[in-house]
Amino acid sequence: MIDRRPWLDVLSHAVMILGVAIVAFPIYLALIASTHTAQEIVQAPMPLWPGTNMLESYKEALFGSGKLGSNTDLVRMMWVSFVTAMVITVGKIAISLLSAFAIVYFRFPFKQLCFWAIFVTLMLPVEVRILPTYKVVADLGLLNSYAGLTLPLIASATATFLFRQFFLTVPDELVEAARIDGAGPMRFFKDVLVPLSKTSIAALFVIQFIYGWNQYLWPLLMTTSEDMYPVVIGIKRMVAGGGEAAIDWNVAMATTIIAMLPPAAVVILMQKWFVKGLVDTEK
Amino acid sequence: MEKRVLFRSAWLPWLLLLPQMAIIGVFFFWPAAQAILQSFQMEDAFGLSKEWVGFANFAQLFQDESYLESFYRTAIFSVLVAGVGIAISLALAIFADRIVRFAMVYKTLLIVPYAVAPVIAGVLWVFMFSPSLGVVSYFLERIGYSWNFLMNENQAMALIVMAAVWKQISYNFLFFLAGLQSIPKSLIEAASIDGAGPWRRFLNVQLPLLSPTTFFLLVINIVYAFFDTFGIIDATTHGGPGQSTTILVYKVYLDGFKALDLGGSAAQSVILMFIVIALTVVQFRYVEKKVQY
Repeated sequence: MIDRRPWLDVLSHAVMILGVAIVAFPIYLALIASTHTAQEIVQAPMPLWPGTNMLESYKEALFGSGKLGSNTDLVRMMWVSFVTAMVITVGKIAISLLSAFAIVYFRFPFKQLCFWAIFVTLMLPVEVRILPTYKVVADLGLLNSYAGLTLPLIASATATFLFRQFFLTVPDELVEAARIDGAGPMRFFKDVLVPLSKTSIAALFVIQFIYGWNQYLWPLLMTTSEDMYPVVIGIKRMVAGGGEAAIDWNVAMATTIIAMLPPAAVVILMQKWFVKGLVDTEK
Repeated sequence: MEKRVLFRSAWLPWLLLLPQMAIIGVFFFWPAAQAILQSFQMEDAFGLSKEWVGFANFAQLFQDESYLESFYRTAIFSVLVAGVGIAISLALAIFADRIVRFAMVYKTLLIVPYAVAPVIAGVLWVFMFSPSLGVVSYFLERIGYSWNFLMNENQAMALIVMAAVWKQISYNFLFFLAGLQSIPKSLIEAASIDGAGPWRRFLNVQLPLLSPTTFFLLVINIVYAFFDTFGIIDATTHGGPGQSTTILVYKVYLDGFKALDLGGSAAQSVILMFIVIALTVVQFRYVEKKVQY
């Protein structure tokens, strides 16, 4: 910093520690709860230090039998979440790359109209068109399928804009060079444009993976068969069934921790790109 | 803005646009058009008969006390979520910006909630604040504050605001930190030489330069409070007690899927659409002004 003020540095660290303590507390509590037995947790106040039941809780969460209002095992739910998140992420990135390429590098009739049509979808989050979208998916016979879970969430105005913005900054000389080398548009796209977009792709990967993994309202409506439940629905059902005392909170919290691991790992490991992606989408 | 050098092909661009257009056509425009159409129709619960009723659904909504109340509660909820969230994140970012040692550790711990699903955030906060077994409610009782969000409307609102803010802090924090770090060091130094202390520099240099970021986050946070908090509410209060935490998006869901009032729910969707359009236009006009082509 510019001026040395030791008291201000101390204050800064104090604020950060306090902030981190408050922000991390709910997750710490879940972690602690998952190491105790169900009986220990329901005695108020629940213990704030780790217990000894950790292995049992996680074993029960992973391989336990239909005790928690759902007959589907956690492994299956994690798989559904993973496939959904991956299809949404890869699908969004792929179709956005293609459409941004078309909009930036070609001249064709109704180009502006296509551009605006994509832009307008920014204003139609799934929550505001929920009933009719449900009806469309039902009419197409896609309820309880991966296609139904992912397709309505794949279109992405944000990603298209991000790529368009980026393509506009790519020097024209590259296209000319590619032309002179005799490369066609798709060759240029594959060998020049996509490799150049690596950073944006990585950033979007993080953002869209989290988005896909955390979907709740949409799968809640369109999955009726338990083996198509993503894990966040499974957790909600675990804690919704019965009175509070009937819930095995240690198992529910162990499940919560397991369900948070993949998205948390993606965010932490790819922190740098994630931040870049967030800040870039501001434009 | 357009490229100087373009590829020429009559069919290739269409082929490239086809997947995106097919998806937005089937899953965005068609349902949106249906919602608008339905909002002008009265339909019985089994979909057997439809009747064109003009603006009757809308008129009914605006006479419905519970809808107006839900509007009002949504406004309070989003202002609280945006206001409290932005204030806390700004404070954290200001102090994080000063720190060199351990900065990475703090940052990493602060961004974890971004990865947590809203509905899981709801579950975690219920676990802490449940009247019978929550740790925080236990200590609140101990200091003589009676806490039961299942009975008390204000406490229910407080709980969903806290959970929603908690979930959004990471996002706001990262934007503010990026904003602060992009302020040229020379400006801060100049202010220092002029004798401005840290507080003055914050008020007169950093804060004004952060105003675009703050405005952007305000819009984003309001949209977040409007739509993405569905999971939080569904996991904590279910819109209760009474109607006290039924915000607009939760009401669309309750009326459409639980009460099967299709016309009313569609009319609510259309109103929500207008709100999002208004917010997007505001944001876009502002962004256009800021970004120079």
